[in-house]
Amino acid sequence: MNAIAAVASRDVLKFFRDPARLAATFIFPFAIMALMGGTLQLNLGRSAGFNFIGFTFTGVLGMTIFQSSANGITSLMSDRQTDFAQSMFVSPISRYSIVFGKILGETLVALCTALPMIAFAVVLRVPLTPEQILLLGPVCLLCCFVGGAFGLVLLSMLTDERSSNQLFGFIFLPQFFLAGVFSPVSILPWYLEIFSLLSPLRYVVDLIRDVAYAGRAEYHKVVLFDAGLNLLAMATMFVIFMVVGTALFVRRETNR
Amino acid sequence: MKDLVKRYRKASINAVDGVSFDVRAGEFFALLGPNGAGKTTTISILTTTLTPTAGVVKIAGYDARREAAQVRRQVGIIFQTPSLDLNLSGEENIRFHAILYGLYPYRPAYRLMPGEYRRQVLELAGVLGMAEEVFRPVKKLSGGMKRKLEIIRGLLHRPRILFLDEPTAGLDAASRRNLWEYLRRVRAEYDVTILLTTHNLDEAEQADRICILDHGKVVALGTPAEVKSQLLEEHLILDAADRDQLRTELRRLEVDFQETGHFEVHLKGRSAQQVLRGLKTELTVLRTHSPTLEDAYLRILAGE
Ligand SMILES: Nc1ncnc2c1ncn2[C@@H]1O[C@H](COP(=O)(O)OP(=O)(O)O)[C@@H](O)[C@H]1O
Ligand SMILES: [Mg+2]
Repeated sequence: MNAIAAVASRDVLKFFRDPARLAATFIFPFAIMALMGGTLQLNLGRSAGFNFIGFTFTGVLGMTIFQSSANGITSLMSDRQTDFAQSMFVSPISRYSIVFGKILGETLVALCTALPMIAFAVVLRVPLTPEQILLLGPVCLLCCFVGGAFGLVLLSMLTDERSSNQLFGFIFLPQFFLAGVFSPVSILPWYLEIFSLLSPLRYVVDLIRDVAYAGRAEYHKVVLFDAGLNLLAMATMFVIFMVVGTALFVRRETNR
Repeated sequence: MKDLVKRYRKASINAVDGVSFDVRAGEFFALLGPNGAGKTTTISILTTTLTPTAGVVKIAGYDARREAAQVRRQVGIIFQTPSLDLNLSGEENIRFHAILYGLYPYRPAYRLMPGEYRRQVLELAGVLGMAEEVFRPVKKLSGGMKRKLEIIRGLLHRPRILFLDEPTAGLDAASRRNLWEYLRRVRAEYDVTILLTTHNLDEAEQADRICILDHGKVVALGTPAEVKSQLLEEHLILDAADRDQLRTELRRLEVDFQETGHFEVHLKGRSAQQVLRGLKTELTVLRTHSPTLEDAYLRILAGE
């Protein structure tokens, strides 16, 4: 337990001591939300009949925390060559503690980036009730766990040559569209629908929208599945990713 | 360790190819070899970060493969590449290490850590001469200080063996000497076995025993003096006014010699006295030539 806390708190400390990373994680999503949400709202919003800033906000929120926690985990790969992580790997703590500590730490980091985004959404007058804002907290937490578990699977697919940067283009970028981060995916050709259904980010974003659009007129235009179904999908994916990812990771660690 | 073989995945040759040696408790052991010789690979296997392709490794009585967790408790490691977290202070780096080793419970600040921990940090920092620097951000420390910080961290859990992979690489001459002094002190005060790697001969010469590796194979093993005699022979340089008589006498003694200007007599295990006793010729030149370890090492580097 102490070891998990140490691994996790190191990630959080690291995040807060890196001003460049802090600035980037705060500014980037804001820029997207303001620019994309704003322009889409002006050009398409009226015909679509729902609030595009709110749509982009929920999408970007899901994307950011999902990607932040997933990327945090994949950093275990580059870390082990250069960083404190290599001494983590020779300490007597179990590989499971490393994995859980890392996921916990990256989840906390991702939540720290979610808070100001939610605040910013309020400033941009995305209609959110206080209850919805409170509910977004635990929802984001779940989303981070799924992101972290997804990162674990990615980690086991990484090799020294195939850096996490290269993965971005293959893994994250398509998901932005398949999961409906910026643009609705309620109608898709069947082959894209399959990929969309396989994308964990889809359920993450949709669950956030379940909460953010609850009780509003455009709920059915925006939301794909109801919360229960999304939760079920996320839980299933989380379990599969954790089991497969941890097993692959531990196997690779002992067999290099 | 015995018959250690490591072939990296996708590699066509063995990075470590049948290496065997043993290190005694309390010894100062140096693994010497040029870049790519397999030193880091060997150390990684000894410290359980890599699993060997074949062979047996025992550390402090534990099998490195099957009892990795016990081995990890017994060893401290200073990696070739710096392994400090640059975003943290020196003490925070040490603290995380202490918690990972289960020495102390997790606390978010130094002041909240148990007194025993604080005492230990201050003591080690004192021994390594960085009592004040240890609380600075790692980013602001010099290369030598960072190395020492890693050593403090590596010693915190009182390992029986301290592994250092090229600890002096990238340090200037003064910090090298300084680090070496501190290593000796650490060894005396904490009674640890030290196994380090280096490609620097002068450093290796100061160890109790050395093992020279090249292309994943052991080239020589023993005390610096033994290694010298294994690798290069001492020879006598002789000459006489009556060279024919000297030649005849040397033939009769059945020693190996060459006439390269003077007579160069290879001792091959005999002492110089044994040879000289057998000679009656009046000598005009009498010198012994002791090759330095450097000669030997250069010969290895030259690929002989
Ligand atoms: N991860 C790796 N994968 C494949 N080959 C490697 C790897 N690491 C080292 N090698 C190869 O193994 C050999 C020994 O390397 P190493 O143990 O790092 O040598 P040293 O530390 O003595 O410089 C080299 O030929 C190197 O190219
Ligand atoms: Mg090396």
